[in-house]
Amino acid sequence: MERIIFYILALIIIAFAIASVSSRKMLRSVIYLLFVLCSIAGIYFLIDYNFLAAIQLTIYAGGIIVLIIFSVLLVHHIEMRLEIAKPSKQFITGLVCLIGLGLFLFTLYSHEFQVVENTATTNITDIGTKLLSYEAGGFILPFEVISVLLLAAMIGAIVIAKGNKLSEKNNPAK
Amino acid sequence: MNYTLVLLIPLIPLAVFLLLGLFNQKIKPAISGLIGVFGLVLTTLFSIYTAFQYFFIIGKDSGAFPSLVEKFIWMNFTDTLRIDMGILIDPISVMMLIVVSTISLMVHIYSRGYMKGDEGYTKFFAFLSLFTFSMYGLVLATNLFQIYIFWELVGVSSYLLIGYYYTKESAVAAAKKAFIVTRFADLGFLIGILLIGFYTGTYDFETLNNPESSAILNWASTSFMGLSVLSWGLILVFIGGAGKSAMFPLHIWLPDAMEGPTPVSALIHAATMVVAGVFLVARLFPMFFFVEEGFVLQIVAFVGAFSSLFAAIIAITQTDIKRVLAYSTMSQLGFMMLALGVSGYDGQDGLGYMASMYHLFTHAMFKALLFLGAGSVIHAVHSNYLKDMGGLRKYMPITNITFLVAALAIAGIPPFAGFWSKDEILVAVYEHNSFLYAIGIIVAGLTAIYIFRIYFGIFWGPNRSYEHTPKESPVSMTFPLIVLAVLSATVGFIPFSDFISPDRMGFEGHINIPLALIAVLVGVIGIAIAWALYKKENALAGRTAQRFGVFYTWAYHKFYLDELYLFVTKNILFKGIAASAAWFDRNIVDGTMNAIGNSTVGISKKIRGIQSGRIQDYAMVFVSGIVLLAIVFIYIWTN
Amino acid sequence: MIAGITIYELLTVTSILFFIGIYGFITRKNLISILISVELILNASVINFVVINKYMYPDVLQGVLFSIFIIAVAAAETALAVSIIFNLYRQISSVEVKDIETMKY
Repeated sequence: MERIIFYILALIIIAFAIASVSSRKMLRSVIYLLFVLCSIAGIYFLIDYNFLAAIQLTIYAGGIIVLIIFSVLLVHHIEMRLEIAKPSKQFITGLVCLIGLGLFLFTLYSHEFQVVENTATTNITDIGTKLLSYEAGGFILPFEVISVLLLAAMIGAIVIAKGNKLSEKNNPAK
Repeated sequence: MNYTLVLLIPLIPLAVFLLLGLFNQKIKPAISGLIGVFGLVLTTLFSIYTAFQYFFIIGKDSGAFPSLVEKFIWMNFTDTLRIDMGILIDPISVMMLIVVSTISLMVHIYSRGYMKGDEGYTKFFAFLSLFTFSMYGLVLATNLFQIYIFWELVGVSSYLLIGYYYTKESAVAAAKKAFIVTRFADLGFLIGILLIGFYTGTYDFETLNNPESSAILNWASTSFMGLSVLSWGLILVFIGGAGKSAMFPLHIWLPDAMEGPTPVSALIHAATMVVAGVFLVARLFPMFFFVEEGFVLQIVAFVGAFSSLFAAIIAITQTDIKRVLAYSTMSQLGFMMLALGVSGYDGQDGLGYMASMYHLFTHAMFKALLFLGAGSVIHAVHSNYLKDMGGLRKYMPITNITFLVAALAIAGIPPFAGFWSKDEILVAVYEHNSFLYAIGIIVAGLTAIYIFRIYFGIFWGPNRSYEHTPKESPVSMTFPLIVLAVLSATVGFIPFSDFISPDRMGFEGHINIPLALIAVLVGVIGIAIAWALYKKENALAGRTAQRFGVFYTWAYHKFYLDELYLFVTKNILFKGIAASAAWFDRNIVDGTMNAIGNSTVGISKKIRGIQSGRIQDYAMVFVSGIVLLAIVFIYIWTN
Repeated sequence: MIAGITIYELLTVTSILFFIGIYGFITRKNLISILISVELILNASVINFVVINKYMYPDVLQGVLFSIFIIAVAAAETALAVSIIFNLYRQISSVEVKDIETMKY
């Protein structure tokens, strides 16, 4: 049962990923991305990382996709068809990607992974403890850094998106 | 000797040239003419003063006139081989100073009348001054290279002045022809200079002319194709001289050079520049004489004799009076070369050298007079052609008389100047070679015929229908005519042999009565023939021409030499050599350069494509590189 | 662990997803499309972290925590990218890559 679900999810991920990078309508492209992200959340559910799947759904599907859709709606006409690259460029890029993929897969399948059989489930408490622990293997420092980063990104995004008006006000010389 | 004064002689015309040339538009024509004449008056005075000082105050030093040199080193190649700049004063350079300044002054004065109202009046005087400067420099040069520099400068001024009427196509063509032909000859001169400089290690006239100097002795025996290398060098130098002095077969530019204004023809193409070749041979005469016992001088003599005869024959058939005079000039220059060629070195043997210089001197006077007279006539009737002239003696008495004096002088009738110098030449040639003497006598007769042919044609014969009655030229033009006529009549009495001889010692001149009588007789016969044929318009001239048939036609067409040259240049040089050279140049040389350029541009375009600024292109390269490196380091370079 | 699914199959899927993202990143002509491609690439790597954590080191949580950080960084990056796109659009009325070549000067 889980196998079948996984294959379906994998199929959805790959198919919609391809659709997302080749669609000529911007909004559709974003929606396909949404499907991909949701399927990835499905995979997280499958491998028993429920919290991660929830994050994936809320931040990615709920936050990022909405942000992108907003920007698409603001800067594009819905019906606008996107330009696509020259066939020669598409071909060369595709070739390079296929070679790279071949390399990846060849390397993967020739490598012996030491898989540990387990059925352990992870609960949110574990994650929260680990995240805020300052013992060995704790993630308190990255946690603080990422919070500062998020704050900085937020301020930066506001300043940049506000554009010239704000900087003009702040610059009495002008 | 006051060298400053001598130095001023070339520098004043240079200053005048710069003044008139730079402020061409600012100076009023009347003033520019005055400036030119004033400068020339100064230099003429200085020249005469220098000559007086040199010949009479300094005089002979232990039996010979000294050769005074004042110079500084300009370029130093080796210990001995260097190029100096300086002034050399010896009998022939002083004589040339007199000739150049006298004729130039007369021509300047004459030009004030002749060029009146011309647009480029100031420019004309500027060019004349440039020419005068260059000619002085040439005359005073102390070494081969200096003479070469000024040699080219007179060539340039000649080019500028021939092409003075630059809107006239024929004048432009003539200027180019003169420049190219003389340049061609100068190539020989340059190679000769380099050859001589290479072997003797010096350009200096004093060393080259000293037969005992080691430079000459060491190399005189080094032979190349049966001749000494120095002989080859001298032959090449003579080619340069032949080009400038219009010797056969490099004479073709001189008749065409008559496209220039007539005063220019008188100054440059009759009296001064064209004798530069003669002067060059005379300047190097001891070297010519001593290297291989004067072998090259033989060539000089034969070329001179042939040119002289050749030109005289053509002169009889031409109808453009300036062209007649041009061929006459060429013929007389041939005479001078001939005299140089047969001359010896010591004492009395140097008669030919002396005669050549003497003839150069007298010829400058009467030929300039002939040209100026012709210019006066052309000024009056506005045509160059004999058929438009006739009976002018009533309208232009002064021109008539002065022209007659000059004609008698060139025909060799005593006591006019030409008689004395031509007689000396004939004597010198007679003593050397009777065949050349025969040519000389024939040419003397022909000279009388052609000059009186145009004299009678212009001043006698029937009146033509003139547009307006010809009248005598203004004083500014007749004054030089009179002065030159007086000179032409009297300079023959200067005891030239006292002053000028190859060894600078001077010798006792004398007249060889029988030979002089023969020469005079030939001259008179020539005049008589001209009288019979041309004094009145009659059929005799035409019949005589017919009797010579093909030969006349040939001579009329200048023996088709121009056509031959054209054929050679156009069909052989242009089509054969130049075209292939051009093809090589365009396709191989240019092709290589273009290929380099194009491939550079092409590569640059490709490289520029790499630096496109588009992040995706970089990403592409980045990904490809990563994949490639991964393959290399994981699977290939694994030890 | 997903019953019956080996790590190879999971990693194959992520590899494919990763190269689809790269392909999109290089060939798309629009800034927002490029952003989408970047999200794909990021997700591929996130899945990798998670899968390797789960299959090989089930006792620790490093992979999961890193995934959380990556998601946080991706969110920040998207926010910034979108604001840059807005600003750009205000200035040149275009979000096409070909109009944004000034980086080469």
